[in-house]
Amino acid sequence: MKRRDFLKSVSGLAAGALAPTAPAIWSPAKADARSETLLIVSEGGPNNLDIHGVGTNVPGYEVSWNCYDRLISHEMKSGPGGVPYYDRDKFKPELAEDFNIGDMSVTFKLRKNAKFHDGAPVTAKDVKWSLDRAVSVGGFPTFQMSAGSLTKPEQFVIVDDHTVRVDFLRKDELTIPDLAVIVPCVVNSELVKKNASEKDPWGLEFTKQQTAGSGAYKVTKWTAGTEVVMERNDDWVSGPLPKIKRVIWRMVPQAGNRRALLERGDADISYELPFKDFQEMKANGKLNVVSLPFSNGIQYIGMNVTKPPFDNPKVRQAMAYAMPYQKIMDAVLFGLANPMFGAAKDKPTEVAWPQPTKYFTDMEKAKALLAEAGYANGFETTISFDLNFAGVNEPLCVLVQESLAQLGIKTTINKVPGANWRTELTKKEMPLFTNVFSGWLDYPEYFFYWCYHGNNSIFNTMSYKSPEMDKLIDGARIAAANGDTAAYDADVKGFVDLAFADIPRIPLYQPFVNVAMQKNISGYEYWFHRRLDYRAMAKG
Amino acid sequence: MLSLIGKRLLFAIPSLIGVVIVTFLLTRALPGDPAAYFAGPAATKEAVDQIRKKLGFDKPLIEQFVRYTGDLAHGDLGTSLTTGQPVAAELRNRLPASAELTLLGLVVSIVIAIPLGVLAATRPGSWIDHLCRVTTTAGVSLPVFFTGLVLVYVFYFRLGWAPAPLGRLDVFYSAPPTVTGFYLIDTLIARDFEAFRSALSQLILPAVTLAIFSLAPIARMTRASMLAVLASDFVRTARASGLSPGKVIVTYAFRNAMLPVITTLSMVFSFLLGANVLVEKVFAWPGIGSYAVEALIASDFAPVQGFVLTMAVMYVLLNLLIDILYGVIDPRVRLEG
Repeated sequence: MKRRDFLKSVSGLAAGALAPTAPAIWSPAKADARSETLLIVSEGGPNNLDIHGVGTNVPGYEVSWNCYDRLISHEMKSGPGGVPYYDRDKFKPELAEDFNIGDMSVTFKLRKNAKFHDGAPVTAKDVKWSLDRAVSVGGFPTFQMSAGSLTKPEQFVIVDDHTVRVDFLRKDELTIPDLAVIVPCVVNSELVKKNASEKDPWGLEFTKQQTAGSGAYKVTKWTAGTEVVMERNDDWVSGPLPKIKRVIWRMVPQAGNRRALLERGDADISYELPFKDFQEMKANGKLNVVSLPFSNGIQYIGMNVTKPPFDNPKVRQAMAYAMPYQKIMDAVLFGLANPMFGAAKDKPTEVAWPQPTKYFTDMEKAKALLAEAGYANGFETTISFDLNFAGVNEPLCVLVQESLAQLGIKTTINKVPGANWRTELTKKEMPLFTNVFSGWLDYPEYFFYWCYHGNNSIFNTMSYKSPEMDKLIDGARIAAANGDTAAYDADVKGFVDLAFADIPRIPLYQPFVNVAMQKNISGYEYWFHRRLDYRAMAKG
Repeated sequence: MLSLIGKRLLFAIPSLIGVVIVTFLLTRALPGDPAAYFAGPAATKEAVDQIRKKLGFDKPLIEQFVRYTGDLAHGDLGTSLTTGQPVAAELRNRLPASAELTLLGLVVSIVIAIPLGVLAATRPGSWIDHLCRVTTTAGVSLPVFFTGLVLVYVFYFRLGWAPAPLGRLDVFYSAPPTVTGFYLIDTLIARDFEAFRSALSQLILPAVTLAIFSLAPIARMTRASMLAVLASDFVRTARASGLSPGKVIVTYAFRNAMLPVITTLSMVFSFLLGANVLVEKVFAWPGIGSYAVEALIASDFAPVQGFVLTMAVMYVLLNLLIDILYGVIDPRVRLEG
């Protein structure tokens, strides 16, 4: 009897703990749904559906990009291998049907028939509120807005119900491009305000869980860490109606399983696979594998120039001659990257970034340079890398370690857990490390401003400071804003040359973004954010 | 019996308090700065500080702890930063997934291991004894993620018998309305037999993976304990009295041999929950193990604390259950209790 009582109480407990959740809102029409559904598998999923949220991760950007509209977007051009690649210099209206760039402001005319997912019309009020939100919430979105000199709510002016003006704070070539990145998305202000609270005036808690935009897709189900289901918004007017009706995005942590799912034809698209897998899939030809260079991105070896031995330019040059460049390309990347080394001796510097250095592997030269610097017998140092990207970083560092050993440099490898990596970078104490930097805005001076400027941003991981460099970078920014091409070209060439001569960081290669998909999937486009744009995709 | 349960529960309180304090301190001692991690790839120092303030990590440790225990008293385990969801809700949604998998794995394991152990004990040195030895050694020496990957490779990728390792249900089925959280039961309640079949076929490979891993201790313990019991006086007496071998083994020997096996089962269950982490990773299973590991990698405090606390509570309940089972199997334990 007692036993039965106990069992009863246990099952009562269990029932209490497992409170019923809402029934599934998505009812499938199984077999025929398949042809209109895109099944994506990737390692990680979003942690927040709103890019304005606190700590929204990169997969979250993909949701925002597809579920919200911006005023303007980029045109496509034909990129490497004929794959559509966003055109840095050409803008097209998205939520705006027309825009007019003046001397110190830009005016947007909104589409009159545009509606949010709940049916409310998109008005100038919503646009202003959204842009105000982006420059006010703090953290990453506000920071990204400021990169285009968009910092104050006063800059966004409602002209009439369907017209918005953005006033420039100063002349800045990056203001217009910055309005086409993911952050300045237009949010349904009435709906969000209704769900905001005093503690959370911008309604971030609400938009974290659901999309409140006017974009081509809306999230209908999101189980964090497991799956995201998005349905097409059939009333979308900011572009041609997308062909894919539903997107199911599943998180599959195991890379081998993602590959198996692709090869068995169960999944449509995947990225974040090891390079070796991409290489093999490319070779066996069963799937479409697209490999495109990161725009404005470089993987590099950085050296802390504030401490010996790397405060000596001779040592840094010796390091640049000691890198096993080709081995890294072959054994680590399986050829899936653009080399950023070994340019011909007489090749003139270009007004472009990234571009290859003239360094190549030459151990004799490296030895001679080290001897000149007074380190004929080498030294001891530590090379650090981010464990989140161990697939590339670990073999790369082992190769560097082997190569440096030939110069008598004893290198210890320090593996930094992903959560700790940013903290370590901010401290700026690691003597030697490898990392990637890639800028959303594809301009050389943008890259150099973050990575080489003496204002010492977090990405100037080498703590490199040079008044001459600062003058060139600032000069290029001013020249670009004033449209002075000659001065701009001279300054860009100048800072590239200086960066290669002083070599505080050694460029290794321009990484590729690799995407594998079934043969019947078309319409993949490369975007600066390197995530998928479902709107152009089609199946079958 | 009730006083026994009450006493056991009282003993559990200090250990739970200890768990709360230790997990709080341990997660704070983890390397890494969650604020820097969540500030994103292009954050300035000010942005990181802003986020730290928002998350309350700028306050002294004591104040954070008081706030944490206060929330805990209200059943609020905090919010995960990586998934953006309340920890309590996520654990509630994910626990049934892990429990269903672990229990099924354990059942498969028991169904194979106990008969195997009993047979091996009654015929020591025979082929079945060797079979028992070989399977258990092989099972315990293969790491779970490896077994899992091999099973996926053979039965999904090569043969195509198993469904895609995509979690608890095929992508094109919707989950049944939640009653117990166990899909096998919920689909039957909803009379959705197609979804039941899908849920079952998704469960087979991960459950077998867990079963292979846990065969060894159960089979070995059953064999050893049966051998000891079979050599004891009362079995000799029973045999001498002319009872049939079946009756001697099943009624007298087996029941007496069960006690150590039950103890082993509870241990196996607890380390299966641990092994689950890897199996969940391989099969994209939305359970609590993979949840906790992902949180740990991101220095996400709240889920880690919530996970450890949940596990601690589960162990307490499990131990209680085992103690009660002892009483059921062996009346002597009941008298002493």
